[in-house]
Amino acid sequence: MMSAIKLKMSSGAHAGANITVNRIMVQVMLAIAPATALGLLCFGWPALNLFVITVLSAVLFEACCLRLAGRAAKPVLLDGSAILTGWLVAMTLPPWAPWWIGVVGSGIAIILGKQVYGGLGQNLFNPAMLARVALLISFPIEMTTWANVTPLFSAHAPNLAESWAITFSGIAGFGPIDATTGATTLGFVKTEFSQNRVLPGILSDYSGVLDFIGWTRGSLGETSALLLGLGGVWLIRKGVIQWHIPVALLATVTVLSGLCHWSDSQHYLSPFVHLNSGALICVAFFIATDYVTSPNTPAGQLIFGAGCGLLIFVIRTWGAYPEGTGFAVLLMNSATPLIDHYIKPRIYGRNRSGKPIEIDPGKQGRKS
Amino acid sequence: MLSLLSPWIDAAFGPGRIRGGVHAEEHKSATAALPIATDFPLPKRLYVPVQQHVGKPAEPVIKVGEHVLKGQLLAHSQGLVSAPVHAPSSGTIIDVNEYPAPHPSALPIRTIVLETDGKDEWQQHTLIADPFALSPEDISLRVGTAGIVGLGGATFPTAVKLNMGRENRIHTLLINGAECEPYLTCDDRLMRERAENIIDGVRIMLHGMETSRAIVAIEDNKPEAFAAMQAAALPYPQLTVQQIPTRYPMGWDRQLIRYITGMEVPVGSRSSEIGVTIHNIGTAYAVHKALRHGQPLVSRIVTVSGGAVVKPMNIEVPLGTLISDLFNFCHVRPDITARIVMGGPMMGDALPHINLPVVKATSGILALTQDELKSADEQPCIRCARCVSVCPAGLLPLDMANNIRNNQLDAAVDLGLKDCISCGSCSYICPSNIPLVHYFKYASGEVMARQQAQHKSEQTKRLMNDRNARMERIARQQQEEEAARLAAKAERERQKAEQEALV
Repeated sequence: MMSAIKLKMSSGAHAGANITVNRIMVQVMLAIAPATALGLLCFGWPALNLFVITVLSAVLFEACCLRLAGRAAKPVLLDGSAILTGWLVAMTLPPWAPWWIGVVGSGIAIILGKQVYGGLGQNLFNPAMLARVALLISFPIEMTTWANVTPLFSAHAPNLAESWAITFSGIAGFGPIDATTGATTLGFVKTEFSQNRVLPGILSDYSGVLDFIGWTRGSLGETSALLLGLGGVWLIRKGVIQWHIPVALLATVTVLSGLCHWSDSQHYLSPFVHLNSGALICVAFFIATDYVTSPNTPAGQLIFGAGCGLLIFVIRTWGAYPEGTGFAVLLMNSATPLIDHYIKPRIYGRNRSGKPIEIDPGKQGRKS
Repeated sequence: MLSLLSPWIDAAFGPGRIRGGVHAEEHKSATAALPIATDFPLPKRLYVPVQQHVGKPAEPVIKVGEHVLKGQLLAHSQGLVSAPVHAPSSGTIIDVNEYPAPHPSALPIRTIVLETDGKDEWQQHTLIADPFALSPEDISLRVGTAGIVGLGGATFPTAVKLNMGRENRIHTLLINGAECEPYLTCDDRLMRERAENIIDGVRIMLHGMETSRAIVAIEDNKPEAFAAMQAAALPYPQLTVQQIPTRYPMGWDRQLIRYITGMEVPVGSRSSEIGVTIHNIGTAYAVHKALRHGQPLVSRIVTVSGGAVVKPMNIEVPLGTLISDLFNFCHVRPDITARIVMGGPMMGDALPHINLPVVKATSGILALTQDELKSADEQPCIRCARCVSVCPAGLLPLDMANNIRNNQLDAAVDLGLKDCISCGSCSYICPSNIPLVHYFKYASGEVMARQQAQHKSEQTKRLMNDRNARMERIARQQQEEEAARLAAKAERERQKAEQEALV
């Protein structure tokens, strides 16, 4: 009677862990949700507009690419990777940026960053960072216009109608740019340094606590080091990401900035200011840890993380841009195949060069 | 720089280190709490394959129609690595022919069919008063003639291993009670119920290998088995019972050796070369039965479990029992059975049907429902590297699979394809449901086939070259002979002419 039933044949393992691609994507979204929510609260309706536009256009671009490639769109869209990419792009944009910044960003991320390589798992560069860097170089004004914190429903916050104007006609329509926008902490420090002012005077108005919580100017979802850090630690605890990249990255930035600050506290920011920047925490936990574009082995991940940290510090400190995370990650992405080529796990019973390990004469079993 | 760090790395990761592995959902509670069932009705017919071990198939020594007693020799061991097969019950031999093997292919294998007479009558066996008075060589011999093979699933003839133990200087006999595969509890129950017999078997093995120390390793999810074994081992200072962490594949012999001793077995070597031998606890029990009671290996304990089994349990069954008989006894629901697996769900083999016999390797038979199976919905690899971190052998499954998919088998071999132990950890953990082990098994088979084809063509080429050389040599010889003949003829004619001239 049993033979009448169609039995399925396959090699082991017959059982499986309760992990799916979709579940991983959802967990990452949950981890970045609090920081995003804070961003939406701080920057109000225009930020929400931009967020929705960016995510929707990412999904749309993904669907179009799949259609062009002749693949079924629905199962791929359901894996959640396009939504997550769009979400991450939105998080890195100035919260009051015009609608087309979001659309172009998603287009770059999905089409150039992911689908031209063959889709999920094939890309060399992190799509969200590729989009951010391309936008920053192409549209420097829009990408560095940072709205003041104007909490949702507060007196100065734009209402729904005004928010549509900001998103679709630009910030200028809402009020004088000087009154509604300003510099981020790192941007401000960079400008002041260029005018030969020194620390700690530059940061006399700086509130470490507000910066840490995220009540400050910055990208839509990248202001809160606190919430991003909590989300990241939760992801590590859940086993979604490994600790190696974030720890190596943050430790490198801390050590380098600490050394420089200790040797010359007038010209180098303290590690606390660096770590308080939400962008650094966001990159450490959610961007640099991207499976596809980071190395496969723990040792490789440590090197990758340290490399990102080094480049971030170098660009922030001596480069033209106040925030170097995007460039740093892309540069290290390009080094990932090289790292994976040289850093491989040692196979059981073999030494690092692949030869069978030698038997310790003192322990060998053969009777002489 | 890495080589500078390596002593430091080795110091940090000596004994007690577990590399890779997964914590799979155990599913053991359904059968672990129940005693081993001994009321299994004797099947009408038993199908005993002549090969249930690694090595050469045994050669039948009985004729069709012959009446045999339980424990009587049915097929004789052949060659150095082989094992005999005995009658699992008394009855009449009704056929010696090819029947499907308990293997995914179900290809035919030579099988002795025994119609049982219901008496289950043992043949006369000589009881041994004191196995420790026997010589170690005699122990091996008796273990060999009892048909004992590694009952953890490897089915390597135990006597051969005992002999290798004597040939080498073995400092540690490891007894594997890890039972790391989910669902399976046959070793757990055996340790709980017959710990003293197992310990006795271990002591006999120590004597047979002339070794002084044995360590029994049991995963810490079996506290009852651990307590029972510890109590049984208490009087013997040469025996230690050690708890090990529950982490699949802890029962992989080489993982266990590294965890317990801190030493790795070099690739291409046997564990005895580093002074360690490893046996399963079921094997130790079989040694006890053979040496104390003179009983050859004719039955084993099988876990019947899975979501489609209404009454899951461990049963002691005669070898050759059909899986269909087991399923009737345990009430397996065919309507919800999606896959039948012999062994555990990680490394076991899917079977195409249930008219297949229980053999010495059968630690469990699982009837799994669709919900218990890994989804077959394969998605693209997201390079999450979970497969890398769970691989106990230190391989890069994702890169290997990628190479195999692109038919670059040599690249996969370079990455260590041949060091894959098919433990299934990578397939288990993969969030994209990529059947990695399937790829590796396919590629290994393909590589072997290519090597054989290459070997064959080289052989043909060599024969051809030899033939050409031979033909040339013959032609040259003929030419030389011809030349010699002509020279001789000319010489004769010259001499003749000279003589004629003289005349």
